[in-house]
Amino acid sequence: MTDASDGTLFAQVRDSANRADPYPLYARLRVRPVARQDDGTFVASGYAAIRALLHDPRVSSEDLPPAEHPPTGNPVKDWIVNPLKDWVTDRHRPFIFRDPPDHGLLRRQVMGQFTIARVQGMKRRTEGLVAQCLERCAGSRHFDLVDDLAYPLPVTVICELLGVPREDEPRFHAWATQLATALEPESRHDEALRARNTETFDAIADYMRDLIREKRRAPRDDMLSGLATAKDPQAGRMSDPDLIATAILLLIAGHETTVNLITNGMLTLLRRPRELARLRADPERAPRVIEELLRYEPPVHFRTRVARAPIPVAGTVIPEGAPLVLLFAAGNRDPARFPDPDRFDPDRADNQHFGFGGALHYCVGAPLARIEAEAALTALAARLSNPRLAEDPPPYRPGASLRGPKRLLLHIDGIG
Amino acid sequence: MRDGTIVVAGASLAGLRGAEALRAHGFAGRLILVGDEPHLAYDRPPLSKHVLTGEVAPGATTLPGVGALEAEWRLGVKALGLDRAGRTLLLADGERLAFDRLLIATGARARPWPAPEEARLSGVHTLRSRDDAASLAAGLAARPRRVLILGAGFIGCEAASSIRALGLPVTVVDPEPAPLAQALGSVIGGFVAGRMEAAGVDVRLGARVTHLEGDRAVRRARLADGGTIEADLVVVALGAVRNTGWLAGAGLRADEGGLSSDGACRALDEAGRPDEAIFAAGDVARFPHPLYGHRPVALEHWGNAVAQGAHAARAMLHGADAVGAYAELPAFWSSQFGLNIKSLGLTEGADAVAIVQGSPRAGRFLAVYGRAGRTIAAVSVNAGRWLPAYEGPIRDGAPFPPITGGADQPDPEPVPPGLPSREAA
Repeated sequence: MTDASDGTLFAQVRDSANRADPYPLYARLRVRPVARQDDGTFVASGYAAIRALLHDPRVSSEDLPPAEHPPTGNPVKDWIVNPLKDWVTDRHRPFIFRDPPDHGLLRRQVMGQFTIARVQGMKRRTEGLVAQCLERCAGSRHFDLVDDLAYPLPVTVICELLGVPREDEPRFHAWATQLATALEPESRHDEALRARNTETFDAIADYMRDLIREKRRAPRDDMLSGLATAKDPQAGRMSDPDLIATAILLLIAGHETTVNLITNGMLTLLRRPRELARLRADPERAPRVIEELLRYEPPVHFRTRVARAPIPVAGTVIPEGAPLVLLFAAGNRDPARFPDPDRFDPDRADNQHFGFGGALHYCVGAPLARIEAEAALTALAARLSNPRLAEDPPPYRPGASLRGPKRLLLHIDGIG
Repeated sequence: MRDGTIVVAGASLAGLRGAEALRAHGFAGRLILVGDEPHLAYDRPPLSKHVLTGEVAPGATTLPGVGALEAEWRLGVKALGLDRAGRTLLLADGERLAFDRLLIATGARARPWPAPEEARLSGVHTLRSRDDAASLAAGLAARPRRVLILGAGFIGCEAASSIRALGLPVTVVDPEPAPLAQALGSVIGGFVAGRMEAAGVDVRLGARVTHLEGDRAVRRARLADGGTIEADLVVVALGAVRNTGWLAGAGLRADEGGLSSDGACRALDEAGRPDEAIFAAGDVARFPHPLYGHRPVALEHWGNAVAQGAHAARAMLHGADAVGAYAELPAFWSSQFGLNIKSLGLTEGADAVAIVQGSPRAGRFLAVYGRAGRTIAAVSVNAGRWLPAYEGPIRDGAPFPPITGGADQPDPEPVPPGLPSREAA
């Protein structure tokens, strides 16, 4: 089937066979800016429809299923401890999964720590970290962008900002990879996946609880210390479960996304050597290049929501209770919004992309992501000598939403 | 049209953005901008805010891009008259500019205090231009004992906010029962009044100043009820008058309320026929709005100046049919007393208002205005990110109140908005 009434298009998007190039599927979806899929999910792929739904108060971000520990056979755990944990988890979801007014209170407290001074203060450090990563590979003729730079850079940056010990990285790397699947629609109904996520959440929550206790005892100049000790005039001091949920969110979001921005970015530039050469010749182009990357190959392709009331939009009505997908990466290529949308053009004048989402949930870390991507891409453009893609397309990580290469092998003549 | 001569009368925001759009759409001919002020086009919104508080110098408000425009400038020269038949603009210095197309963007000026001798007393200010703001800022720097603001519209309220921030005593007088009543109604205006009072402003509502008194310098104001207010600095914030006087005798439909134009921004003659060579944009233009029953409206909105200037430019080059009717949704914002107020649509004629998200108690909310069961406008207070959701319902005239089952809110309860009747205005 090729017409837009094909209710399996979004299932095809999620199929890993289409990970390398989902854009033709997006174009077919866009024929109906809001399209019902066979499983009852509504997928918004047109720019105007996404924008309207992003701002619509009838659209809720509270679409996680209730937390539920799988049975263990131990009655104390199954009847007392775990149900209590689930009850707490449900009431203290991270603010990405919360609606107003709770969302605003939690977000405001995070923004109070994510100050311009703190983020700008990381700029010099980020540039230093990029240089360190590159120096480590000096003399090599091969370079895996993911392992050698795009993953370690944002992890180190977010650890330092939050005040999470970098040496614990091996522990939370696995946790983060696991919990990032919460953004994928599969996590809503795949029982085994949900059980693993519950288990992982318990482990990372225990880790964070200890860390936060330490921060309260001896506060440092980092975001976790700030969140643990600050008092909001309206919300008061953040509760421990909220603090744990927030810390986990920031830790995961701080690197699972930026790694994609840097890797997709370099992949896009390597496919267009002229653009790479222009960036090398003129590093001042970096902000434009990055904004266009956020449109053209965004790190997060979609986010899910749920309709809290019937919503008339784009010639259809989304019924109450329907699961909803805001397909940002398709809106970013909507020809009704962006002239010649499939062309990568950093000189685009009007580029209001959904690369960081939008409205209330607009990415809290956007300024930090821009700094990291700029440091990484300008240094790569300047210092990699004659970089070529060793495989194109590269292998991708499983996520359809958090979409990016698992590795990006480059042949190089050296590092300058 | 690619060549020939286009003259833009009015070198502020609408004129500048119109001129830029002409170039962007390929106009390669002679482009002349005429402005009565000696300054390059500047941004007005900061004049009642950061310029008064001293955070931004009056001269630092020049609009970006002004220097890059390939155009001839006639600054500090008023347009005196228009010879429509001869396609010529007459300037105050005697120059006659022949044109193929003319864009009229002469804007508006502050409505002066009605008694000229009283308006001439030193210490009596208006606030519209950069020079007004510089002179008012200088007056404030002398630390007046009390500042009296006549009128609680947006300019009056923003000035009150900035001047209170300087720590000066401020009194605001307005005949309406609430500030911003004309634009937002007394329900939302009442909320703002509370913030004004909390900030220490002496707010006198339902009151009218009849005389300003003093010899040489203003000393006090006399109220209609016989009372007086001692003040040595007065800001007259009574709205604006469109700059159309210079068009007298040109045969165009123009008065204090604006220059009438059609959906393609073409100026209308006295018989209501569009002039194919003369266009209008910005504060001066009074045009039929398709979203509001083609009622003629004149908008003093920053966004309207930008969008309408560009729309007029496209119509000038490509013809009226190619551009269609100008249908930009009216929108504006204001910052005052720690409030960010944003508005979409026109509240005029609303018969109900409902708070649909947030609450005044929480300090942030979104109000929707309805007329005869349809959504016509929305206003956000410290909740700008909620506002774009209402663009669709306003354009579609969706049922009012439009949003039910919001994720964060019980169903809204509409109340009368408390807008003054047009007669009173």
